[in-house]
Amino acid sequence: MLDSKIPAGKLEEKWVDYKGHCKLVNPANKRKLEIIIVGTGLAGASAAASLGELGYKVKAFCFQDSPRRAHSIAAQGGINAAKNYQNDGDSVFRLFYDTVKGGDYRAREANVHRLAEVSVNIIDQCVAQGVPFAREYGGLLNNRSFGGTQVKRTFYAAGQTGQQLLIGAYQALERQVALGNVTMYSRHEMLDVVMVEGKARGIIARNLVNGELERHFGHAVLLCTGGYGNVFYLSTNAMGSNVTAAWKAHKKGATFANPCFTQIHPTCIPVSGDHQSKLTLMSESLRNDGRIWVPKQKGDKRKANDIPEEERDYYLERRYPAFGNLVPRDVASRAAKERCDAGYGVGTTGQAVYLDFKFNLINKYGKTEAGKLGIENPDIETLMRLGKEVVKEEYGNLFDMYEKITGENPYEVPMRIYPAVHYTMGGLWVDYELMTNVKGLYCLGEANFSDHGANRLGASALMQGLADGYFVIPYTIGNYLADEIATKPIPLTHEAFEQTEKSVADRINTLMNIKGKQTVESFHKRLGKIMWEKCGMARNAQGLQEAITEIQALKKEFWSDVRIPGTINEMNPELDKAGRVADFIELGELMCKDALNRNESCGGHFREESQTAEGEAERKDDEFAYVAAWEYAGESNWNLHKEHLNFEIAKPTQRSYK
Amino acid sequence: MEHYNMNLTLKVWRQKNASDSGRFETYPVKNISSEMSFLEMIDVLNEELISEGKDPIAFDHDCREGICGACSMYINGRPHGPWHANTTCQLHMRAYQDGDTVVIEPWRANSFPVIKDLVVDRSAFDRIIQAGGYISINTGNAVDANAIAINKDNADAAFAAAACIGCGACVAACKNSSALLFVSAKVSHLALLPQGNPERKTRAMNMVAQMDKEGFGACTNTGACEAVCPKEISIENIARLNREYMMAGAASDK
Ligand SMILES: Cc1cc2nc3c(=O)[nH]c(=O)nc-3n(C[C@H](O)[C@H](O)[C@H](O)COP(=O)(O)OP(=O)(O)OC[C@H]3O[C@@H](n4cnc5c(N)ncnc54)[C@H](O)[C@@H]3O)c2cc1C
Ligand code: SF4
Ligand code: FES
Repeated sequence: MLDSKIPAGKLEEKWVDYKGHCKLVNPANKRKLEIIIVGTGLAGASAAASLGELGYKVKAFCFQDSPRRAHSIAAQGGINAAKNYQNDGDSVFRLFYDTVKGGDYRAREANVHRLAEVSVNIIDQCVAQGVPFAREYGGLLNNRSFGGTQVKRTFYAAGQTGQQLLIGAYQALERQVALGNVTMYSRHEMLDVVMVEGKARGIIARNLVNGELERHFGHAVLLCTGGYGNVFYLSTNAMGSNVTAAWKAHKKGATFANPCFTQIHPTCIPVSGDHQSKLTLMSESLRNDGRIWVPKQKGDKRKANDIPEEERDYYLERRYPAFGNLVPRDVASRAAKERCDAGYGVGTTGQAVYLDFKFNLINKYGKTEAGKLGIENPDIETLMRLGKEVVKEEYGNLFDMYEKITGENPYEVPMRIYPAVHYTMGGLWVDYELMTNVKGLYCLGEANFSDHGANRLGASALMQGLADGYFVIPYTIGNYLADEIATKPIPLTHEAFEQTEKSVADRINTLMNIKGKQTVESFHKRLGKIMWEKCGMARNAQGLQEAITEIQALKKEFWSDVRIPGTINEMNPELDKAGRVADFIELGELMCKDALNRNESCGGHFREESQTAEGEAERKDDEFAYVAAWEYAGESNWNLHKEHLNFEIAKPTQRSYK
Repeated sequence: MEHYNMNLTLKVWRQKNASDSGRFETYPVKNISSEMSFLEMIDVLNEELISEGKDPIAFDHDCREGICGACSMYINGRPHGPWHANTTCQLHMRAYQDGDTVVIEPWRANSFPVIKDLVVDRSAFDRIIQAGGYISINTGNAVDANAIAINKDNADAAFAAAACIGCGACVAACKNSSALLFVSAKVSHLALLPQGNPERKTRAMNMVAQMDKEGFGACTNTGACEAVCPKEISIENIARLNREYMMAGAASDK
C-alpha cells in the first residue's frame, strides 16, 4: 500500500536525477490547473508564492485573520543551511548525517539528503527577498550553533528568525495575490477533503466570520497545516494550532505516520498555575551561552545566587562531556526530568532547573569585548555590563519576554526552565514527492512526518518547511498534474461536494445540539493531562493502556456533555475549538496506540521498558527500523502499515553524546 | 516575585456583529492571580460566562508570545495596556491591584471595522502589503546569499523596522487613525537593503496610495503611535518614508 517512490541511484544523485526526469506542465496548461493550499505558514506561504509564480491558479486558506500570523512566526532561534560560510567543516553530507543521526535513525535517507541539498538555496532566496539575517561587521552573514551539532550552520535574525522568514514568504505570497495568481481566504477553516473517483479534488471550508460552509475545487490539494503539539493542551504552539485538517484527511484514507513522535523541548518557562494557557519557549540557542544546573543538595531552598559554585551540579556537562549543554533536545529534556524527579528541582514547584548566563556573560562576552576595547584588568561589573550588551543584541527579545512573564530579570538571576511539548515529528505519511497515499493530496511542513525521524534537530523545521514549499513541491506537483491537464474543473454541485458538505454540517449540528454542561476548554485540559502523564516524556505499556481507556471514556463524555455557546451562523470561537478538540481526542488515542506498539526507545519516544543500565534510551533496530503508518479503519480502530527504512549511507549506531 | 490575588471590575465592549451598535457590559472577576497573563484573566471570565449560559467575549489571539500581532485590546484608553513596548498577550496581571476597574475596547478606526466584540477586521494591512510591500523576486532567481555584503548598521536598521508585527496599535492610538507608522516600517525595511533598491520609488508611492484608499487618516506627527508600538518601531521611519515619497514624486517618470 505504501510506495515511498524513492528514486533509484546514488543518494547524492537522486534529487538531481529526479528533477531531470520528472514530467513538466507547459505554461498554457498551468493556467488551467487549480491548486488548493490549506495553511499559509512557512510551508504553505512558500508553496503558494512559488506555485503562483509558476502560473498555477492557487487558492490559499488560513484560520488566522492574516497569513502573516501563522504559528511559524513564533520560531526564535534560527534556520540551518549547509553553506559552510564559517569554514568549520560543514557540508551537505554533514547536515544530512547530523539530521539522520539526530533523528535517531527513523527518517528516510533520501528525503533528508534532499533537504540538506536545498538548504543552501533557501538562504539565498530569503536574503534576496530582504530577510534581515544577522550580519558580521564585514557585512556578511553571521551564524550561531544549535544543539546536537558541532558546526556553526544556523542563520538567524536575533530571536525572531521565524518572524522574518514568514514575513518574507508572506510578502512573496501577497505579491502573487496582487498579480491575481493566488486568491487568499483568511479566517477560513478547512473541515474536510472532497474525494472524486479516488482522488482529492477539493475541500469544504467554513468561513469563520459568518459560519457558512463553502465548497472549493482543486486539481490537487496541499495540506500545510502545521503540527499537533496542542493535543497536550499545554505546549509552546500557538493557541490555534491544531490537527483538524490532517485528521480529516486521515479519515478519508491518508495514513498517519509515527504519531507518537513528539518533541519535548528542554528550555521553556515552567508552568506557574492552573490558569496556564500555553507555555513559552526560551530558544535552544540560549544553551550556547547558558549553563544548566541544579543544586547538589536535595531540596536546597536557597536563592540561586546564594548557592556557591562548588555546590552546583552542572549535570549535562557532567553526564555528557563531549556535547555538554548542547546535547540534543530529547537527551536534555530527559536529564532535566530525571533531576527533578529525584528531588533536585528548583522554584516553588520543584519542577524546574536553572539556565544560568552569568559565566558566559563575564568570561565569554565580557572578556572579548573588554579585549576589543583595550580595557586592562576589567572588574566583574565592567565585564557584566559589556557582556550584557552583546547578549542583548543576540537574544534581547527573549530576555525581555522572560522578564514580562516571570517578573524576574534573567541578566541578574538564572532563568528557571522546564521541558515542554514543542514539536511533532509525526504527521501524515508522504512519499518522496510529498504526496500522501491519497492521490492528489499532498502534505508539507510540520504536518507531514518526513524528515526528522524520532527527534528533530534545532533550526531544522524552518528549513524543512521552506524546502518543501519553495524547492520541492514546485517540481513534484508537476509530475502529477502533467497527467491532469485534461481534467475539467469539477462543478461544485457534484454529489461528492454535496455529500461531504452535508456530513460536515451534520457534525456541526450534532456538536451544537449536545447542550451539555462542561466547557470545551475543560475537556481539552483533561485530555492534555492524560497525554502528558501517560504519553509524555516517559511512557510504559501499562500507562499507555490506561490512557487509551481514559481517552475513550473522555470521548464519550465529550460527545454527550460538551457545552458550546452561541449559534452556528456567526463568529463562534468556542464552536471552532470544539471541532478541534474532538479531533485531538481521537488523535490522542492513536498516539497512545502507536507508542504502545513501538516497544523501543528512540529520539523523543522513551519507553521505560527499553533503556540501558545507565538510563539512556535503547533503540531496537531489528524490530523497529520502520515508519509506522496507521490506516483509519473505523472508530478506535486502525491498521498498521510498515515502511521499512534502509540505511545505506548513515549506518545506525547507538547515539552517543558523551 | 511576590504573588497576590485580586478582584477586579471589567467593563468590556460587547458587539454581536458588524451591524450591531454595541455597548459596554460590566463583569466582576474574582481571585485573579498576579501571575496570570491578561488574556488568561479573560479566559477565566469566559469559562464563567459559558458555565452561566452566556456568550463568551470574542477576541483575536494566537501565539500569546507577543509576536503574531493577533491580540488587540484597547485597555483603559491605551492599545495593549499600560506596559511599555508590550502586546496585550504579554501584559500580566501584576500590572493591576485589587479593586481596579479595567475598561476593554476593540481597536477603533473606520478602516478596522468591528467583526464581533473585540475582534476587528485588519485586512486593509494585507492590501497595503499587496500594493508593494515586497521585493519582486521569484523563487529560484537568487544569487548566493553572501554575494552582496550589507553594512551592519543598515542591516540592523532594516531588522529593527522589519520587527513590526502588523498589530495595528499605531492606528488605534492615533487620533487620525493614520497607518503611517506601519507603512513606513515596511518601506524602511526594504529601502534600507540593496535588494530593495530597484523598486524603491514605486513601492513608497503605491503603498501610500493604497493606505489612502483604505481610508486611514493623515499623519500630524503627534507620536502617539510610537509610544504604544509593542515593537518600538521608531517614528524616524515616518521621516524616511516622507523622503522616499518625495524622491519618488520628484522622479516619477512613469
Ligand atoms: C515557539 C517555537 C519556536 C520555534 N523555533 C524554531 C526555530 O528556531 N527553528 C526551527 O527550525 N523551528 C522552530 N520551531 C518549529 C517551527 O516554527 C515550526 O515547525 C514551523 O514553523 C511549522 O511551519 P508550518 O508551515 O508547517 O506550519 P504553521 O506555521 O503552523 O502554519 C500552519 C498554517 O495552517 C493553517 N491551518 C491549520 N489548520 C487549518 C485548517 N483546518 N484550515 C485552514 N487553515 C489551517 C494555519 O492558519 C497556518 O496558516 C519553533 C516552534 C515553536 C512553537
Ligand atoms: S508599527 Fe508597531 S503598532 Fe503599528 S502595526 Fe507595526 S508593530 Fe503594531
Ligand atoms: S497573541 Fe500573538 S502577539 Fe499577542
